[in-house]
Parts: sequence; C-alpha cells; structure tokens
Amino acid sequence: MSIVILFWAVTIAQIALVIAMALAAVRIIRGPHAQDRVLGLDTLYCNAMLLMLVFGIRTGNSLYFEISLIIGALGFVATVALAKFLMRGEVIE
Amino acid sequence: MSRLLPYPLLVISLIITWLLLAGFSFGQLLLGSIIALIAAWTLAALRPAKPRIKRWDLLPKLFAIVFYDIVRSNIAVASIILHGGKRIGKSNFMTIPLDLRDPTGLACLAIIITSTPGTIWVDYNSARSVLTLHIFDLVDEAAWLNLIKNRYEYLLREIFE
Amino acid sequence: MNQATNLPEWAALLIAVFLIIGAGLTLIGSFGLYRLRSFYDRIHAPTLGTSWGTAGIVIASIIYFSAIEAQLVLHQLLIGAFVTVTTPVTFILLSRAALYRDRAKNSPEVPPLDLPDNTPAPIPQNEQTVHHDDTSAGKP
Repeated sequence: MSIVILFWAVTIAQIALVIAMALAAVRIIRGPHAQDRVLGLDTLYCNAMLLMLVFGIRTGNSLYFEISLIIGALGFVATVALAKFLMRGEVIE
Repeated sequence: MSRLLPYPLLVISLIITWLLLAGFSFGQLLLGSIIALIAAWTLAALRPAKPRIKRWDLLPKLFAIVFYDIVRSNIAVASIILHGGKRIGKSNFMTIPLDLRDPTGLACLAIIITSTPGTIWVDYNSARSVLTLHIFDLVDEAAWLNLIKNRYEYLLREIFE
Repeated sequence: MNQATNLPEWAALLIAVFLIIGAGLTLIGSFGLYRLRSFYDRIHAPTLGTSWGTAGIVIASIIYFSAIEAQLVLHQLLIGAFVTVTTPVTFILLSRAALYRDRAKNSPEVPPLDLPDNTPAPIPQNEQTVHHDDTSAGKP
C-alpha cells in the first residue's frame, strides 16, 4: 500500500515540476524584457534542482542529492552574473 | 582564544556542513575541523567585520515569527495567483526609514523580507538609511510599516545592537 | 522505490503530503511567473517555489531517506539552507538591475532615484546597457 501512495505522489510531483519548468521556459522565450528572461532562467534552475530531489526519492539513490546541489550552485552563479551584466553591461569590472 | 579561533560561528557551521556531506565518523570530524580552522584563519587574514550576536535567547522567537509569516504569505500569494492576479490592493513600491544600522542585522532583514513571498527588498540608501520595498498586495502602507518596524526590526535591533 | 516495501504507511502518507505541497507551490509560482503582467509582479511569484516549494520537497526527502536507511539523514537540509541564503541575493540583484534599467529609460512606474542630500544627480548612463530589445518598458 505504501508503495502505491509513494508511486503516485512522486509521479504527480514530477509532472507538476516538469510543467513548472515548461512555464519558466515559456517566460524565457517570450520575454519581453531581458530581466524577465533572467528571472525565468533562475526559476528554471530552481525547478530543475527540485526535480532532481524528487528523482532521488523515486530511485532511492542519494547521488541525485549531489546533482541538485550542483544545479543550485550553478544557477546561483549564473543568475548573479546575468543580473550584474544587466545592471552594468559587463560582468567583471 | 580569538587568535586561535577567530570566527567560532563560521568554524562550527563549516564542520556541520562537512559532516552532513561526508557522513559522521571520527576521521571526518578531524578532517572537517582542520579545513574549517584553515578557512577561518584565511578569512581572518582578510579582516572582515565580525558579526556580534548579543541576545541568543531571542533567535528562536525570530525563527518562529519568520516561519509563521512565510507560511501565511505563501498561502496569500498562491491564492492571488490562482485567482488570476486579482487582489484587493495593488502592487507598488514603498519606502521605510530604518533605525537598524548593524550590517549583519540589515543582511538578516534582507533575507527575511525577500524570502517571504509578496515582499521584495529593492534598494537601501545607506546615507539616509531608507529602505525601498516592492509589495505584491499593497492595501495599507501603515500596516506594512508597522509590520517591518515592530515585528522584524525591533527584534533584530535587540539581537544585534 | 523498491526499498520502500517495508516503509510504514503513515510515513508514506507524510512523504506524499509534503511532496504534493512542495511541487504544487512550485507549479503555482511558475504559473504566476507565466501569467502576471508586469516584471515587478512576476518577481514575487518564484519566491513561492524557493520558500515552501523547496521546504516541502526537502522535508519529504529527509523523511524518506531517514525511513529507508533507518537513521536520521539530514544532508538535504544543506539544499534548504543554500536556497534560503542565495535566493535573496539573486532577487535583490535582479530587482535592482530592473530598477536601474527602468530609471535609465524614465519609466513612469518606478520611483525616482532616492539621492542622499547635497549630492548632484548622476547622469543616467543608458548607453552602457547593451541590450535594447525591450522598447515597451513605458507601457503598463
């Protein structure tokens, strides 16, 4: 019984997170401003990180935890660099 | 003491992070402690301003208040989005004069305000110590002023100043 | 999921509830990002995913791994701590960048530059911004 509950919860969560990633991707494509695209990219990274955590629950493998930590770190650096670029027009001053 | 262990909070949090990532054993505790100490000495060479927490007993109260507010505003913002962006007030900027001067306290206030859905810390003018916020559902400016000043800033001033 | 055969039912239910709360809030946040009209409205939506969206999935993961390994597994808390510390940095930087760009274009929906007293106003340096793809900034 607990396997059935877990299976459906994990499946629903994965579908919800994939739809959330698709919505963030639509925001990246449609814009209209450059800051909207960066915000969409940040949301996409965050959703991908959560999806990896749910994959970890599905497989029972804690390897996915490390993947999601790396995605989170890379997303943070990417968004900070892009926001800096939007503000000044260059990343390294 | 302060030469040997310059930043005790940093050392403790680095050791905890190391043990969580590598798993607990005596060897890992030793290795994590050595790395944390080296990191703290490296940081001491840069001489950043040292944060001081004056009132440890108020930290649980701050955490409880922030936790409760985050849950409440999650529900509020989610219901506004599900109703297609219709809300009672309108989203707008507002400015708040702050009395908090401690940099660590200001950083904590920034984290609290931005982590709570519905409010974003936009700008802080350190010369006049005026904070600019953007609020998703702004109905009553006085209510928000009261919330930030009396609920968060008062506690943060007690803790850090 | 095959390790979960001896998972007690209450634990499975608890994991399911936290997973659905976390994933549902993240979905609502991304839907708000897609749906809301102006940038300053949209920047509020993803904070749903980074506050309780992340918390729900992290708590579910902690309960699951603690139950199947029969010991307290807490390393997922690092993700929660990391997201809590980094999200304000990215959002504050991004909202300041947006404010800077809108002020440089004299957009009516942002407040004017809040200057310290007795300081001359700086010249807006909009020639430094490289992208000019958003010409519709003045529209509501």
